[in-house]
Amino acid sequence: MSPARKKSLLLLSPFLAVMGAFFLMPLLLIAAYSFLQAGPNGGVVWHFSWDAYVQILYTRDFDGTLVFDAGYLQIFWRSLKLAGICTALCLLAGFPMAWHMATRPPEKRNLWIMLVTIPFWTNLLIRTYAWMLILRTDGLVNNALVKTHLIAQPLTLLYNDFSIGLGLLYSYLPFMVLPIYANLERMDWRLVEAAQDLYATRAQTLRRVILPLAAPGILAGCVLVFIPAIGSFLAPDLLGGGKRMMIGTLIANQFSFARNWPFGAAASVVLMAVVMLGLMLMARKGRGLQSLV
Amino acid sequence: MSPTGLSIQSVSKIFPHAGGAVRAVDEVSLDIRANEFFTLLGPSGCGKTTLLRMIAGLETADGGRILLDGEDIAPLPPSKRPVNTVFQNYALFPHMTVAQNIGFGLEMQGRPAGDISRAVADALKTIRLEGMESRRPAELSGGQQQRVALARALVNHPKVLLLDESLSALDYKLRKEMQIELKRLQRESGITFIFVTHDQDEALSMSDRIAVMSHGKVAQLGTPQEIYDHPATRFVADFIGICNFLPAADLGLKDAGEIGFRPEDAAFVAGATPETPGAKGRIAHITYRGAVTHYLIKLADGRTVTLSEDDPQDVKVDDDIAFAVAPDRLIRCA
Ligand SMILES: Nc1ncnc2c1ncn2[C@@H]1O[C@H](COP(=O)(O)OP(=O)(O)OP(=O)(O)O)[C@@H](O)[C@H]1O
Ligand SMILES: [Mg+2]
Repeated sequence: MSPARKKSLLLLSPFLAVMGAFFLMPLLLIAAYSFLQAGPNGGVVWHFSWDAYVQILYTRDFDGTLVFDAGYLQIFWRSLKLAGICTALCLLAGFPMAWHMATRPPEKRNLWIMLVTIPFWTNLLIRTYAWMLILRTDGLVNNALVKTHLIAQPLTLLYNDFSIGLGLLYSYLPFMVLPIYANLERMDWRLVEAAQDLYATRAQTLRRVILPLAAPGILAGCVLVFIPAIGSFLAPDLLGGGKRMMIGTLIANQFSFARNWPFGAAASVVLMAVVMLGLMLMARKGRGLQSLV
Repeated sequence: MSPTGLSIQSVSKIFPHAGGAVRAVDEVSLDIRANEFFTLLGPSGCGKTTLLRMIAGLETADGGRILLDGEDIAPLPPSKRPVNTVFQNYALFPHMTVAQNIGFGLEMQGRPAGDISRAVADALKTIRLEGMESRRPAELSGGQQQRVALARALVNHPKVLLLDESLSALDYKLRKEMQIELKRLQRESGITFIFVTHDQDEALSMSDRIAVMSHGKVAQLGTPQEIYDHPATRFVADFIGICNFLPAADLGLKDAGEIGFRPEDAAFVAGATPETPGAKGRIAHITYRGAVTHYLIKLADGRTVTLSEDDPQDVKVDDDIAFAVAPDRLIRCA
């Protein structure tokens, strides 16, 4: 090894150490666990096995034969769907918010950023409980609706896909708003004027100039919302009552009640693969978005 | 008021500024004829861009009317005005190709695709950028970007084309080329050009008429020659070219106040002695400028004037000299 290479490796070593400790090691551990046998009371037995992956698609019948079971696939599918819907809703709600913030006078923008980040000041768990208080049968919303005689019977707002979706939307909206805002804020507004000078209507200006220029921010926001949303645990567990399973709750259960660590690890690995696929699709979509003129 | 052309009638724009207000444009009235090359000339901050933006509709006027061919265009948004702008910074769309940039206006007007590609191809030929239609603006030089910006506006055949210091970013040679190019395009297209610049040479050489602006007002309106030979105010005289001002008595004249003259309108008086009447001084500095030579002359009272001569004169620094100004070239202004 040349001295220059040695030196650059030495300089890189703190970075490599951090990467190794915080990114690579946990991932490798999860990947390794997914190929081991479950211990009788949790933990793993160091013995190679495909069982965990088989279990995702098949259940063992009473007589021991494997039968295809779509139960877990449905959970994956529901998670994917909910995360996708959540991302779309976050975009629909987040873009106008980001737009509003970016078009305020510069001195007022910091106030808006602070307002958007206020939820981060308290724990997400507490805030999710707050939503339970708002949505439950004798909660804020139902009480108000019943008292004003708009409805006779309280609505079921909690423990369904609606409450999970709402919880996800609420939790991840700031992750959509902030990158789009950052993008719009440094956009060259003279380009918008140029478009209008060249006969573009407001809608045309939005579609042909603003959206393509904001595409990197939109893409970043979608990624930042989609990834945590698909693996999220709190909203489905608390607002879904744990009955409407998502991958996050499924994985958490394997490590706690079910004591099947390899299966939990395998589900995590599959989740990662799904997310990766999703990201690749989005990246292609994003490129499409940018070249869309 | 002419029935065709652009009529600007006591238009104002007031910007709130630190508690007070800036009158960026102050009751400006101008009648710009159809197919005229009209130049707004003035120092930085005098309101040129603001006036252009009001014509384009990007800024609403705080008073007055703007009529285009007799029709008030105030209620029209920028997208409905038959006016296009070549922006000071070009403002090309970075995510579109050269061809898409040029075709944008036609596309927004809903022209058929065939017409657009034909018009774009023509425009590319006009600005001599054939073969570059699929490049992005970032892949062009400053001069090429500037020509694309010009084509993007011209291709729409607006009634009025607004050019905001469109040549100021170009180097000297390219700038001279583009000046000629612009003049040609204006003549051939029949479009009214309103050209903003703070370069007096550019204004003098290109314009049919010039409005010299100062602090949001029009200081003088006229042809290049009128403005150069008969500046209405001292500000205009100073802003356009070099102008010397001396007390009339120094020049041996009986007028009150000060009299102005251009450096090229004064000539050395050969063989002058201290007794010769007229202005006298000592050569302080000689600057050779190629086509002309500038002589900085210090007068007895400490004032300095500049003379320019086509042919180098037989004088050197510290020589005592006398000079005279042709009587018909004297500038008497407010
Ligand atoms: N949006 C604005 N808000 C407040 N003041 C402004 C605004 N735009 C322009 N002004 C002020 O109005 C005056 C005229 O500005 P304008 O941009 O029209 O000048 P200009 O003649 O184009 O100058 P330059 O040659 O430097 O481009 C300046 O004093 C400027 O500070
Ligand atoms: Mg300007």
